[in-house]
Amino acid sequence: MKKTNVIQAVGLTKMFGDFMAVNAITFDVKKGEIFGFLGANGAGKTTAMKMLIGISTPTSGSAQVAGFDVFTQAENIKKNIGYMSQKFALYDDLTVKENITFFGGIYGLSKVRIKEKTKELIEDLGLKEVSDQLIGSLPLGWKQKISFSVALLHEPKIVFLDEPTGGVDPITRRQFWELIYRASHQGTTIFVTTHYMDEAEYCDRVSIMVNGKIEALDTPKKLKKQFNVDSMNDVFLKLARG
Amino acid sequence: MKIIFYIIQKEFKQIFRNKGMLPIIFVLPLLQLVILSNAATFEVKNIRFAYIDNDYSSSSKALIEKFEASTYFNVITYFPTEIQASSAMLKGEVDVVLNVPLHFERDLQNNKKANLGITINAIDGAAAGVENVYITQIIKSYNKHIQSDLMQISDSKIQPVNMVTIPLFWYNETLNYKTFMVPGILVLLVTMITLFLSAMNIVREKEIGTIEQINVTPIKKSQFIIGKLFPFWLIGMGLLTIGLILARLIFDVPMVGSLLLMYAYTSIYIAVILGMGLFISNFTDTQQQAMFIAWFFVVIFILMSGLFTPIESMPDWAQTLTEFNPIKYYVEVMRMVMLKGSVFMDILPQFIKTLVFAIVTNGLAIWSYKKTN
Amino acid sequence: MKRFKGFVTKEFYHIFRDRRSLFILFGMPIVQVLLFGFAITNEINKVDIAILDHSKDATTKEIINKISASRYFSINQHIDREANIEAVFKKGKVRAVLNFEKDFNKNLIKEHQATIQIITDATDPNSASTISNYVNSILQNYQQEQNKAIAINYVITPQPRMVYNPELKSVYMFVPGVMTIILMLVSAMMTSISITREKELGTMEILLVSPLKPFQVIIGKVFPYIFLSIINAVVIVLLSIFIFKMPVQGSLLLLGLVSVLFIISALALGILISTISASQQTAMMISLMGLMLPVILLSGFIFPISSMPLPLQIISHVIPAKWFIIILKGIMLKGVGLQFIWKETLILLGMTIFFIGLSVRRYKIRLE
Repeated sequence: MKKTNVIQAVGLTKMFGDFMAVNAITFDVKKGEIFGFLGANGAGKTTAMKMLIGISTPTSGSAQVAGFDVFTQAENIKKNIGYMSQKFALYDDLTVKENITFFGGIYGLSKVRIKEKTKELIEDLGLKEVSDQLIGSLPLGWKQKISFSVALLHEPKIVFLDEPTGGVDPITRRQFWELIYRASHQGTTIFVTTHYMDEAEYCDRVSIMVNGKIEALDTPKKLKKQFNVDSMNDVFLKLARG
Repeated sequence: MKIIFYIIQKEFKQIFRNKGMLPIIFVLPLLQLVILSNAATFEVKNIRFAYIDNDYSSSSKALIEKFEASTYFNVITYFPTEIQASSAMLKGEVDVVLNVPLHFERDLQNNKKANLGITINAIDGAAAGVENVYITQIIKSYNKHIQSDLMQISDSKIQPVNMVTIPLFWYNETLNYKTFMVPGILVLLVTMITLFLSAMNIVREKEIGTIEQINVTPIKKSQFIIGKLFPFWLIGMGLLTIGLILARLIFDVPMVGSLLLMYAYTSIYIAVILGMGLFISNFTDTQQQAMFIAWFFVVIFILMSGLFTPIESMPDWAQTLTEFNPIKYYVEVMRMVMLKGSVFMDILPQFIKTLVFAIVTNGLAIWSYKKTN
Repeated sequence: MKRFKGFVTKEFYHIFRDRRSLFILFGMPIVQVLLFGFAITNEINKVDIAILDHSKDATTKEIINKISASRYFSINQHIDREANIEAVFKKGKVRAVLNFEKDFNKNLIKEHQATIQIITDATDPNSASTISNYVNSILQNYQQEQNKAIAINYVITPQPRMVYNPELKSVYMFVPGVMTIILMLVSAMMTSISITREKELGTMEILLVSPLKPFQVIIGKVFPYIFLSIINAVVIVLLSIFIFKMPVQGSLLLLGLVSVLFIISALALGILISTISASQQTAMMISLMGLMLPVILLSGFIFPISSMPLPLQIISHVIPAKWFIIILKGIMLKGVGLQFIWKETLILLGMTIFFIGLSVRRYKIRLE
């Protein structure tokens, strides 16, 4: 059974003045995939993502996300996606519960639903003791997990994660990816950018951006074979050098 | 609609949790209202007066006594020479020096010209003018006495005409400057707080990064903006209320007109200010910039609002500019309604203009806020 | 020393790259001086008044013409009844109403006395008394002219001399004040924001861990603002001299030195504020509401201190701006040297040292 494309980009370009941050990238993401959008810092990943989630207008090219056009239907896209920003943007001066209530409300969840989801989330992540504490007082790893769960509150079809595991220890990273897997099993498409090449191994397919262009796009297994190396890290090194 | 409610709820929580800002938003302005309304006065009082008496006659002594009796002047001392008097003035120890020349009494009695030298520190030109008026009044009144004394001897067949002028001061019989300033300072404080808070608010979310998260949600621009501004609108109205209570209790400012009218007008005025703050917020990247630009405009608007100096005193080009100054209208309305009891029809022109401003500034603010860049 | 230089250079870059703030920093003093020079004044000019003439005879007409001819007044309308006075005031259309009694001329001739009421809208008591006085003067002048036929004897002629500002230009009073405010704004507020921002962003810790000593960090942060403040002060003085023809009577050197002293005191205050603010927002609000506003209102900048109630006069003694303004007026307008303002300068010096000491202590405490 052919899987449908939930994200489709053709020649997507973003220029800032003379500088071409994203250079005519073409790719697609299938429903239910965990798609890794890799590249070094400054390669253009975040810029590309911002176009896909509808907060940045492309300079040229085209893209559809969840069946909506990024140029003309940005607001519709937003109804169907979730987003976790690089800065884990939750409000530091609101509690865990208050953040959930706020974002749930913004996405139009009913009061009853919000209550349910809050209970679920707190139990799932084991946050019972800290549910009334300010986010600002929690350790980074917990903030990440809460951020991710908040992004999924309204059960979006696709969730975009921008460098979600920056700055935490490997165990916490592992735990985080378990959350990602669970969401994926439930049918959510995951679009994740990262510069941790080992995380690439966890994805179904990956693309690697170098200087604004996509230089590789395939499953990790096939890429390793293609470049004749043992790890995604080495794949990247070969690409970056070459 | 419910979405707006969630934003309002979040904003309030954040405002009240910010323990550092709360006293600044509420206590500081009201403290300032009390202190500054006492300070802001152009009345000229306690004029430091000194004299040089070269004549040392009963006439000169009588004249000087008149100054001593006046409530406007503080007769500090006398100087034997002009040089010492000048020196004292240079040091800033006296404001006015009266110089009675030699033969003052003799000249007067012989009906020759009798002059009096007066030196006034005119750095504050306006105050100097007022001081001169007071001095002239005292001298004239003294002159009248002398004339009636001396003229009893000579005959005057033709009586001079005498126009009696009766000054009447309406709405503020005691010429209480506080009555005038308190409504104005209240305007100033409400404006500053609401403008700064609204200007910095969205920029702060930009600086922290949460604005991105908001922009990715399907929330409508207008919902977001109304939700963000409403708490500040409420704070503005709250400040007004506490301010009015203080004005009544501490300063005995009369509240002749309709409170309802005051609140109705204020609610629209605050909307104008919030729109301005938001507009500024959309074009700046850091809180510092937002604050600066807001401060820049506030200072200009306040200076040109007739709060401290009358608009009629400004040159024509400046008066035309004030037509675009919302603060000017608010100051006018507050004074008119509070002190004179003006009614809605009286302030209709200001009301309409402010309404237009509210629509324009908020419209611009909403239009210039981009969820997608 | 090289590290220090590098640090200061970075601070300069920060400031000069922030175009918007820079524009305000330099633009604001210029705009303020221009406004104060050209637009802000208490003098009355073409004030709208209304006439209520119950007599409408030759004398009242003459008087009304005289008033109309004066540049101070502009006759806006004539009203017929006393009942209309209230309405015209409530609409805010006129500031005063002159009420001539019935049979004015007849009374003047027969009874030797006639009455004019000068009714002013005293919501602005200052304008009201000024208007009242001016109208009165015009009337007195008219009266004197009428009485010329009768030789009025025994007249005392006061000869007033306005010193330091013979033309009574309001800008003379405001320029020292504007200079003070701007210096305070740039030095205190900007410094406090700059330091607090580093705290907020977390880069302050990095600085403190670096080989730079803490006092070097502070001096480095503060140094560019000294520079900016001086430029601002120079611009203001130049504007006053060339556009408003307000000369600096006294020594420019003395002016410069005292200004630097004041700038340092403001900087110390800025540092002090930064030690009690957790966020930029707090620093800004404290600087503006807690520092600037009292300075503007209690320093003698606009409102004369001698007219304030005693407690406020006492408070104004602790505001450095008050002393600085006195010194500025002395040097710029009176042309005095140190011998006339040494007292104020000493006080300013003392305050500066006190603030520096206080902020250094607080800063050290915060570090621990």
